[in-house]
Amino acid sequence: MKVPTMAEMMAEGKQPEVLFWVGCAGSFDDRAKKITKALVKLLDKANVEFAVLGTEESCTGDPAKRAGNEFLFQMQAVTNIEVLNAYEIKKIVTACPHCFNTLKNEYPSLGGSYEVMHHTQFLKSLLEEGRLSIEGGKFKGKRITYHDPCYLGRANGIYEAPRDLIRKLDVELVEMRKCKKAGLCCGAGGAQMFKEPEKGDKDVNVERTEQALETRADIIAAGCPFCNTMMTDGVKSKEKESEIAVMDVAELIANAEDL
Amino acid sequence: MAVIPNIIFAVILFAAIFFFVRNVRKLIRNIRIGKDVDRSDNKPERFRKMARIALGQQKMVVRPVAGILHIIVYLGFIIINIEVLEIIIDGLFGTHRIFSFLGGFYAVLIGSFEVLALLVLVSVIVFWVRRNIIRLQRFRKPEMKGWPKNDGNFILYFEMILMVLFLVMNATDVSFQQMQAGNVVSGLIAPLFEGLPGSTLHIIERSAWWLHIVGILVFLNYLYYSKHLHILLAFPNTYFANLNPKGRMDNLEAVTKEVKLMMDPNADPFAAPAEGEESAPPEKFGVSDVADLNWVQLLNAYTCTECGRCTSECPASQTGKKLSPRKIMMDTRDRLEEVGKNIDNNGTFVEDNKSLLDNYITREELWACTSCNACVEACPVSIDPLSIILDMRRYLVMEQSAAPAELNNMMTNIENNGAPWPYNQMDRLNWKNE
Ligand code: SF4
Ligand code: SF4
Repeated sequence: MKVPTMAEMMAEGKQPEVLFWVGCAGSFDDRAKKITKALVKLLDKANVEFAVLGTEESCTGDPAKRAGNEFLFQMQAVTNIEVLNAYEIKKIVTACPHCFNTLKNEYPSLGGSYEVMHHTQFLKSLLEEGRLSIEGGKFKGKRITYHDPCYLGRANGIYEAPRDLIRKLDVELVEMRKCKKAGLCCGAGGAQMFKEPEKGDKDVNVERTEQALETRADIIAAGCPFCNTMMTDGVKSKEKESEIAVMDVAELIANAEDL
Repeated sequence: MAVIPNIIFAVILFAAIFFFVRNVRKLIRNIRIGKDVDRSDNKPERFRKMARIALGQQKMVVRPVAGILHIIVYLGFIIINIEVLEIIIDGLFGTHRIFSFLGGFYAVLIGSFEVLALLVLVSVIVFWVRRNIIRLQRFRKPEMKGWPKNDGNFILYFEMILMVLFLVMNATDVSFQQMQAGNVVSGLIAPLFEGLPGSTLHIIERSAWWLHIVGILVFLNYLYYSKHLHILLAFPNTYFANLNPKGRMDNLEAVTKEVKLMMDPNADPFAAPAEGEESAPPEKFGVSDVADLNWVQLLNAYTCTECGRCTSECPASQTGKKLSPRKIMMDTRDRLEEVGKNIDNNGTFVEDNKSLLDNYITREELWACTSCNACVEACPVSIDPLSIILDMRRYLVMEQSAAPAELNNMMTNIENNGAPWPYNQMDRLNWKNE
């Protein structure tokens, strides 16, 4: 897979159209890496000249910040901003709503101002510019329900871009009982991903998965690698792997036409 | 001697106003205990939000049944208070229905008050049934035991009694009934009193009149001790609410300074502080007690209606964890009241070896939050429980190094490898070849 880094671009004296911020999950988590690759395929298909930071990328600091470690967060932020500013980055796309939120909302006052887009927003803009086409392909007619990631939805008010993309697949988009502004969290945010949950009578991801199962959808579409993991685990704990799949919106589009 | 009732009335009225003003001043003093935060920007947007959310009750109707009933009670509250103006003038000057010279318009006015009073009465009864017979989930959480539960019911009884008194007062007012205008509801109750001698009717009418106005004045002074403070504070609270995207968590400035210093190769960390900086004590990071919160967070605590919409949307709460965002707000208010009383008694705050953290809010609650913002979205009066939770985590981590062990691992990983997992930063692009 051809994935140019900023360092390589710089050496060739080129500036990419957009920086793809891969994020920690997208770089290291086996499930999330598939999302990363799906997005790369779509960017290639739309002839977007992009680059990644590669080994120069580091955690945005989101989980540290939400865990209460503002020091570590700001250390990460300042380091990343130095790299981004050195490459004169103007526009960033990322497939992780946590990276998206942090880069977009929390970096500016520390000296890092960029145009930041979630991949569903970016893909939608490519679609509107006619650079990308979306066909139903193998998902045509399937029932799909979309789980709103908290950091995309409530945190930043983005509810429609992912839904618009899904509709383009000629599928039946069904909503869960709790969706959009009232969407239920998958249970991963606020650094919960990295710890055992507190004592209770159920896990949040199981509760959310039950809501998804109620819709009798074939696929749960997600827009966040952490939601993806949580929902996949939820489906497993309900032993419904054979009935319902969990896929990122980018994967849906890329797989629809077997990219 | 005809002026004695007027004098008694004036005394009661001014006493009520006096105590009310005293409570308001205490309220403002307590809110000022909080740290400064700038919410003076973007005034037009703030006014719009206040108009939509506080005045327009925009978020209440998200739950239509409760929302519509609430709007009735709220409208009733405001509109019927126009009548209170007349009562006060009558009371002070010994007049009777001073506005009745308005004639037809007066009839329309009183008529609509009566209809509203009836609607309020019905709504309040439905509210009571929801709280006590249907026993909605969100009114039955542990933090709703004792005073909060009684407070909720007291208010409902109060409103029921006030509305009944208002209608009885009108029904037994012979001259008003004879006008045959505006007595839309009281005209229907009047036959109940038929046959009673005029003097008895007069006594009933006067008693209802007095009880009604005294009830209102008592209510005014009950507010400070009740979740009903929201009828006043919903306005400033929505006005001063956070306008940033909900996902944006503030960057602590004190930390920025230190980080800049650490990252600056030219800075000498051992340099003597510049003139005038010496005496500044090192800033405390995060929140362990109410004085560490900002004033908007404290205003939030006083504004909370204890409706539990936040808690019923909270993923942690829904899955049986101890965290309840409503409890976070109630605890903050209780602790703030405790600190306020301490100041009342001692002139200034005397250390009581208690704090919001641990004595009120436990660590288990704080660590159960997913920062999903569902509570913030659900709150009908723009309260932000999440900001308090995150500020308290900051204290736990930065002042006490008391994060759960797994989170410490995660943070060590970020520090060493630039990722929350133990992978090498140099392997960050390996995926492209896999
Ligand atoms: S942000 Fe925290 S407290 Fe608020 S609803 Fe979500 S999990 Fe509950
Ligand atoms: S914080 Fe808001 S939603 Fe929660 S109980 Fe208080 S008023 Fe209701």
